[in-house]
Amino acid sequence: MTAPVMTADALERHYQVGGGFLRKTQTLKAVAGLDFQLHPGKTLAVVGESGCGKSTLARMVTMIEEPTAGSLTLDGKQVRPEDWADLRQHVQIVFQDPYGSLNPRQQIGTILQEPLVINRKDMSKKQREEKAREMLRLVGLRPEHYDRYPHMFSGGQRQRIAVARALMLDPKVLVLDEPVSALDLSIQSAILNLLVDLQEKMQLAYLFISHDLSVVRHVADDVIVMYLGRAVEKGPKDEVFENPRHPYTAALLSATPRADPEGGKERIKLQGELPSPLAIPEGCPFAPRCWKVQDVCRKERPVLEGAPHPAACYFPVDE
Amino acid sequence: MSLLRIRNLSVDFATASGKFRAVDSVDQDVDTGEILAIVGESGSGKSVSMLALMGLLPWTATVTADELTFDGHDLLKMDRRARRKIVGNDLAMIFQEPMSSLNPCFPVGWQIKESLRFHLGLNRAERHKRAIELFEQVGIPDPEKRLSVFPHQMSGGMNQRVMIAMAIACKPKLLIADEPTTALDVTIQAQILDLLTSLRDETGMGLVLITHDMGVVAETAERVSVQYAGQKIEEQQVLPLFREPHHPYTAALLDALPERATEKRLPTIPGVVPGQFDRPAGCLFSPRCKFANDKCRAENPPPLGEDLGKARCFYPLNTDERVAS
Repeated sequence: MTAPVMTADALERHYQVGGGFLRKTQTLKAVAGLDFQLHPGKTLAVVGESGCGKSTLARMVTMIEEPTAGSLTLDGKQVRPEDWADLRQHVQIVFQDPYGSLNPRQQIGTILQEPLVINRKDMSKKQREEKAREMLRLVGLRPEHYDRYPHMFSGGQRQRIAVARALMLDPKVLVLDEPVSALDLSIQSAILNLLVDLQEKMQLAYLFISHDLSVVRHVADDVIVMYLGRAVEKGPKDEVFENPRHPYTAALLSATPRADPEGGKERIKLQGELPSPLAIPEGCPFAPRCWKVQDVCRKERPVLEGAPHPAACYFPVDE
Repeated sequence: MSLLRIRNLSVDFATASGKFRAVDSVDQDVDTGEILAIVGESGSGKSVSMLALMGLLPWTATVTADELTFDGHDLLKMDRRARRKIVGNDLAMIFQEPMSSLNPCFPVGWQIKESLRFHLGLNRAERHKRAIELFEQVGIPDPEKRLSVFPHQMSGGMNQRVMIAMAIACKPKLLIADEPTTALDVTIQAQILDLLTSLRDETGMGLVLITHDMGVVAETAERVSVQYAGQKIEEQQVLPLFREPHHPYTAALLDALPERATEKRLPTIPGVVPGQFDRPAGCLFSPRCKFANDKCRAENPPPLGEDLGKARCFYPLNTDERVAS
């Protein structure tokens, strides 16, 4: 395997919330103890329900927020806030909502050139325009789209523009934060194909954040399943999907509706809901909802370990 | 006779740039105790047709239909006052975003009790008792306490349960669920879908499930109606629909599902759903259809027979033996 472009080691992010007159502030652990590596040409998918820390992770990886603890390495270099300005151009992001992420007052050409205007001051205007037009072609849009405005495009086309903008600086890592969940099914497949093509062409490392397991199953090479800010299971996609070890992964997989009316309908029913991230249970965070729970789960937090792929559980499903 | 009978329903919106037809001659029947799913992409008119039934469209909309009957009542001839008695009582609806459909200024218990007072005329003590019962029925833990809680104090899943409790408060004969789980997480989605199905089993109400998620359709629905750009283009029982879709759009939509993919590149549908200004003259799907010919582009195909899923197509798929016979 090639060297990883990005390595995260025990990444954590805490927020101070509440507080005020005579009130104590509380610490919200949005992400805790997360390790992963991103390889060129590979896709790492992060799945989990709302509130599991997926988006906080994206904000740390794209250097919008500083991790509270742990370290992030890009190309063998430690990422420190002092170097953010230089390093950011290697990590770009595509957001979920293509309607909200493009400036309605800018033409597509201007939108695409903006990253260059800021980061590549040595480039001439002509070079910039050339590059923007080239990128437009690469994401499957027509040259005449260059001087149109975002409102003239459909959701799928806008998402193409957002991808094009993210690729203007030739990044090494592309963070995709739910890139297709705002799109219709018939458009979704075209965008997924585009992402696959671009990855092959440019050897990009993708961090693919999604809650849609059928999409993840299609695009990912490796998967991390998160629950309340922690990884509960990680491993190669096929292993995780075929033989989930953590009960939460198993429940998540069985709860995902499958577009096959003839398939089995055995659903693992989870009791209750996600606990508040301010009051994460002491032992295993999943213990209150788990059907295999025993006393030890409520007392001590299991670590991410084991074979064939690591899972943070004392009583994995497959044993 | 079916519980709900819609014939040739059309809805036009008056927009600044002229008329826009959001629903185009849709026929629909729903029987007591059945689960009908209406699937379609955004802009396919699936929500609008049901909002027209409920009488919840703004004044810019013009609703026309040959027939619109619910449980023996002719909704077209009925005046607004009489209709109000039915809507929310025998005919109820759940909306997509529980957080924004509930009134943030009142406790959820108050909001449930309002419909009990208006439709059933229960007194205060009865209302309270019934509200607790309803909360238990939809699986809200600690119902007595939750009655006095405001929507912002509960999670999305719990709020959706409140919405369902409110909708079933008067034991409706037909429940329309407009994307009831789109805003929720998958584990919660599974709980809500199970709840809706079990409520149907208990009460025998009809259930219309509006969704864009083929997975939800496959697991929940019994009959499926597929809409495209305002038209109903196909209707079948769920098993045959997934096995042998007749309309090319349905087939293409199923092929585009990532979970049906056999290789890294997914089959796609070129183009986009037609809008107000690029509505094709013939079949609405013809610009994107790989089977379309000149006839498709010129004429609008009428729905075919029952055995071909009422598909609006000149050249339906998966028909070989029937055409031969």
